[in-house]
Amino acid sequence: MGLLSDPNRRRALTNLLTRLNTPLCIVCYLAGVAWFMGLAFEPFTLRTYMSENAMGSTMVEERFLAGERALVTAREFAAQKKKMGGMPVDWLVKAMQARGLEVFTQSFSRTLPFPDENKERYMVHGTNVYGILRAPRAPRTEALVLSAPCTPGSSNNQAVGLLLGLAQYFRGQMYWAKDIIFLVNEHDLIGMQAWLEGYHHTNTTGMSWTPLEGRGGSIQAALSLELSSDIITSLDLVLEGLNGQLPNLDLANLFYAFCQKIGVLCTIQGKLQRNDWDSAAGYSQAVQTMLLMVLKQASGRPWGDHGLFLRYHIEAASIRGINSFRQYKTDLTTVGKLLEGMFRKLNNLLERLHQSYFFYLLPSLSRFVSIGYYMPAFGLLAAILLLRALDLWVQLGSPAPGTEDGLVDGEQVRPTPFGPGVLSVLTPLIISHLTGVALYTLPIMAQQTAVEHFPVSETEAVVLTAIAIYTAGLALPHNTHSPCPSVRVLSGEGTEEGWRVLKLIAIFYMAVLLGCTALINFSLGFILALTLVPVAAFITPHVPRVLSALVMVLLSPGSTLLFSIFVYQELQEAPITLLEGWNLFLSVISQGILDHNLYGSLVYPLISLLVYPCWLLLWNILFWK
Amino acid sequence: MTAGRCTAALLAAVLVCGLTCASTAAAEEAITEEYESISNANEHVQAQDDYARSQKRREITEHDDDQNEPPPSSSSSSSSSSSSSSSPPSKDYFKEELVIRPLSSGDIYASFQFQTRWDTDFFAPGKKVSHYRLFPKSLGQLMSKFSVREMHVSFTQGYWRTMQWGQPFLPAPPGAELWVWFQDSVADVDGAWKELTNVLSGIFCASLNFIDSTNTVEPTASFKPLGVGNVTHQRFLRYAVLPREIVCTENLTPWKKLLPCGSKAGLAVLMKSEKLFHSSFLSLAVHIRPVCQDWGCKGTAWELRQTVNVVFDLHTTGQGKREWSFFKMFSRTLTEACPLATSSKVYIDVTDNPQGELFELNPAAPSLTQAVVLGDRRTYAVYDLMASGTFGLLRSLNVLLRWKTPGSVDMLRPLLHGERYVAGYGLQTGEIHTLIYNNHPYRAFPVLLLDIVPWYLRLYIHTLTVTSKSRENKPSYIHYQPSKDRLRPHLLEMLIQLPPNSVTEVTVQFERALLKWTEYTPDPNHGFYVGSSVISALVPSVVAMDTSYTLEHPLFSTFFPCKEESSYFVRVYTEPLLVNLPTPDFSMPYNVICLTCTVVAVGYGSLYNLLTRTFQVEEPSPGVVKRLANMIRYLRGVPLL
Repeated sequence: MGLLSDPNRRRALTNLLTRLNTPLCIVCYLAGVAWFMGLAFEPFTLRTYMSENAMGSTMVEERFLAGERALVTAREFAAQKKKMGGMPVDWLVKAMQARGLEVFTQSFSRTLPFPDENKERYMVHGTNVYGILRAPRAPRTEALVLSAPCTPGSSNNQAVGLLLGLAQYFRGQMYWAKDIIFLVNEHDLIGMQAWLEGYHHTNTTGMSWTPLEGRGGSIQAALSLELSSDIITSLDLVLEGLNGQLPNLDLANLFYAFCQKIGVLCTIQGKLQRNDWDSAAGYSQAVQTMLLMVLKQASGRPWGDHGLFLRYHIEAASIRGINSFRQYKTDLTTVGKLLEGMFRKLNNLLERLHQSYFFYLLPSLSRFVSIGYYMPAFGLLAAILLLRALDLWVQLGSPAPGTEDGLVDGEQVRPTPFGPGVLSVLTPLIISHLTGVALYTLPIMAQQTAVEHFPVSETEAVVLTAIAIYTAGLALPHNTHSPCPSVRVLSGEGTEEGWRVLKLIAIFYMAVLLGCTALINFSLGFILALTLVPVAAFITPHVPRVLSALVMVLLSPGSTLLFSIFVYQELQEAPITLLEGWNLFLSVISQGILDHNLYGSLVYPLISLLVYPCWLLLWNILFWK
Repeated sequence: MTAGRCTAALLAAVLVCGLTCASTAAAEEAITEEYESISNANEHVQAQDDYARSQKRREITEHDDDQNEPPPSSSSSSSSSSSSSSSPPSKDYFKEELVIRPLSSGDIYASFQFQTRWDTDFFAPGKKVSHYRLFPKSLGQLMSKFSVREMHVSFTQGYWRTMQWGQPFLPAPPGAELWVWFQDSVADVDGAWKELTNVLSGIFCASLNFIDSTNTVEPTASFKPLGVGNVTHQRFLRYAVLPREIVCTENLTPWKKLLPCGSKAGLAVLMKSEKLFHSSFLSLAVHIRPVCQDWGCKGTAWELRQTVNVVFDLHTTGQGKREWSFFKMFSRTLTEACPLATSSKVYIDVTDNPQGELFELNPAAPSLTQAVVLGDRRTYAVYDLMASGTFGLLRSLNVLLRWKTPGSVDMLRPLLHGERYVAGYGLQTGEIHTLIYNNHPYRAFPVLLLDIVPWYLRLYIHTLTVTSKSRENKPSYIHYQPSKDRLRPHLLEMLIQLPPNSVTEVTVQFERALLKWTEYTPDPNHGFYVGSSVISALVPSVVAMDTSYTLEHPLFSTFFPCKEESSYFVRVYTEPLLVNLPTPDFSMPYNVICLTCTVVAVGYGSLYNLLTRTFQVEEPSPGVVKRLANMIRYLRGVPLL
């Protein structure tokens, strides 16, 4: 500690840091990006392994054989669904009762804040049907959930068929130690949200539902099944849940272990694992898989019905059957066996899944990157903010050339940074946050007015209002300067240290904001840091205005979203044109707002209430007079 | 004042419950005895058989006596009793019963009841009971050593599904339950309780020794003595539940050893563990209580009642076919009664099947009997194992029930049932919801709700709400004993009036405590159990609801509904809860300790250093020449430069 307490050496250190600040920042940024890209390189990652002893060594023998019968049930279900023009509730109740389950229904209704144009729904009414297989000699304290969404059209019938087939088979077995809940939810996520809220008797999103009458205690794990074809070529595992939460890695390991055992092709993010990690193609496949995961996680939306379970500390994943043009085909019996095996292993659990990682990235199903490995990538980016803050602090502390002659007294050679500058800092802070609040609240509040005055639909009105407020926020900094000179003198605007203080605050604000975000949702934090940190590091009022303004707009949160959409489509191997991209951008914004209102996703409020104001502060600095 | 009156009314209600219960049991007994006499009258040609049985009974008795230390056989016992001329010879009886009730869900419910009654008094002054015949000595000694007046212990695996199975004959919560009334002569009840639980733990090979002050309560109203006696102050009552207790063969074996015939003869041969544990529900229980010796209640007798309640599942045990037989259920058939028993019968509930249109019984029942059980008049087919005709030519009884129609899958609507769950998410707070259903169409009735919550769930008792039909329902009696950390649990007892055809919801919020790290169980991520709530009530009976009963009975008996039949006592247990507490990552403590210490040492230490140190500008060090000159001056003794 002599380094800090010795004034000379301290001075030397600060000198070094201020002198080498810019190169250090650049090195940090490059190192951060390189570290991140290196995460997908196989020699740097760990092989996945089962941590949970209860699921580890004892292999179960799968005996499910009723795949064909499940298909017959699926066809029957499809016919009933077609006849009813929706979910055949009575048929499902009877079918589950005939299989010896305790059957209950739950009806729910929800009016969306504005119509969802992707799924064409506005006022949603539906019914969930669930049957509980009571475990023999268990006191209803623990449960497992197998769910299948009842989607309109002809998709997902096979999932319901298989669910009923498994229910029948499971009912005849003696070994269950946990109740098993078979759930068919209508209106996918909305139904799931209603069911989960009903089960836990919470109401976070203002949905109305009828209370549940049967429960199975605390749910330990859940699997959601999506199958739309009689035979499949591969199974895809979906892990990303609400707000970027992930289930325990052991659930993914379990799926992978059974795929290996039974011989089913398994993918994650729709990408099959390659064996040639040392080739460029192999590495690129791993990077693409990981980037897809990062983008999906950063979006903060549930990517399957499992996504809503995670809020309740229930480990959950979706298993999606893919039918592509591959030669290798798998029938429903095999999928049933896989699920049987997974459920028997989950049934063996003595504790909740907790042994393995909750924070991880998967470059492939057999490799993972744990939090300890990926956090340095973010840490390197965040270090830039601290370096810049240190630099600014030192600059503020040392006599600035512009202000030195104005000061007479020797005691005040060090101008206190928070003397006259407080007001100058407070004004932009408040104004930018008010803009954020407007961005958060106005789109939905003003949709009616917008629809009346402009020829747009409600959804378009919401999205366009949001974009308009976002853009209008850019014009604000010019207005923060008060026309009244006295106020201006009071607030100390226009001085050199004025913007420095503001920047210092903005940088600290951003460091805390991004740090907290990255702890909860690494992907979101990292993507935001990737674009916001360079802006924050190099913005001053003295850089070329037009060019910098252009760069800043390109690196703003909104543009980040736009780029992410293009990258995502590129990674999905479905490239889109600019116009399509723009349309997708609009729909993604509306989906983001809906996710927040329907399921409580936090990305939209985070961006509008915190990240965007923070970025506006930097914008303010650029136009500092 | 009003509170006191309420309590008095409540106690009266509970006493009535107890009496009703006892009287129902007595009525059952009376019916049994009546039937016995009839059957004896009918069958008088079996002298030889009876002789053989009595021979065998004597053999077993002598054998039994050999095991207990006092050697006297039956003749010498009579002589010894004549020597102590003051007391008459104490008699003991053993009765065994098996009741089979086909359930509407297609499952089947078998309830074994074994009653050992001994007309003696353990606590008579100056008399030490040391000669045991049918009554198990281990329990008898326990009773006299700890001055136990009444003891009820049950071990249950599974949860009774009221919505599918209706009410059980003897309700029991999942896990182990123990409640004991001590004699009012006991000074140190807690000490006796502690020792008693440890002894019982040894007798039943169960974890009853885990009962300590943190899960023991003294309920004021919910558990009243079921036997005769007049002490009802809860000071002498201890109640504890271990919801996590797992019941297995190691508990069944000592339980069977308490029977006079063991599992060698009689109904107990059916209790093969591999079948009993291949079921949906299994409950073993032992109840000891003082009962009246006769109708006049001139002396007390001790009753030991051992019960096994088991439900076999239609799909897993029955392979989905609605066809049940002794062999299918127990993989055994009956060949003889216990020779020591005075009565040994099999009852099969045929109430829903008066004309045999639903299912057929094979062999056909020799006789029928009726009994009012749980407020409902039921008809039973009776097979008397003491009658040799019962066993037929094959010398074995394998009753077969074969359904003619597929069963219904609808849920029942039991008049009273309850359920409980934890609401909310996250690991900080939560809410316990208890739902109590009154499905009676027009009668309201009060229930007593007993909630025992461990101390590590800190109840916010001010958030307690009781709602019926979306209106507040004010309990007329609340007894709340707050918890003490690591010492005692919360105890909440309430008397709630349930409006007809309603759901009453009791909610209370709680906070999850952070335990000390040695207090966690070895599997902390499994969660922590909260025992079942107990709902005790006098439920209006189905018989009283029945409007067509005038047809069957004489007119003079039916104008005013009979008191005994108008309501009956029911105890309903809700599910236990599994609650997750905030749990540290136990693989990490070492890392955390190291990291924290480092952070504290480096961060705090340096900060402290910087804050407290006073900085001084150091004099530039003198040059070499000056130092040399100073050294010379020092040696010379002159002041330094």
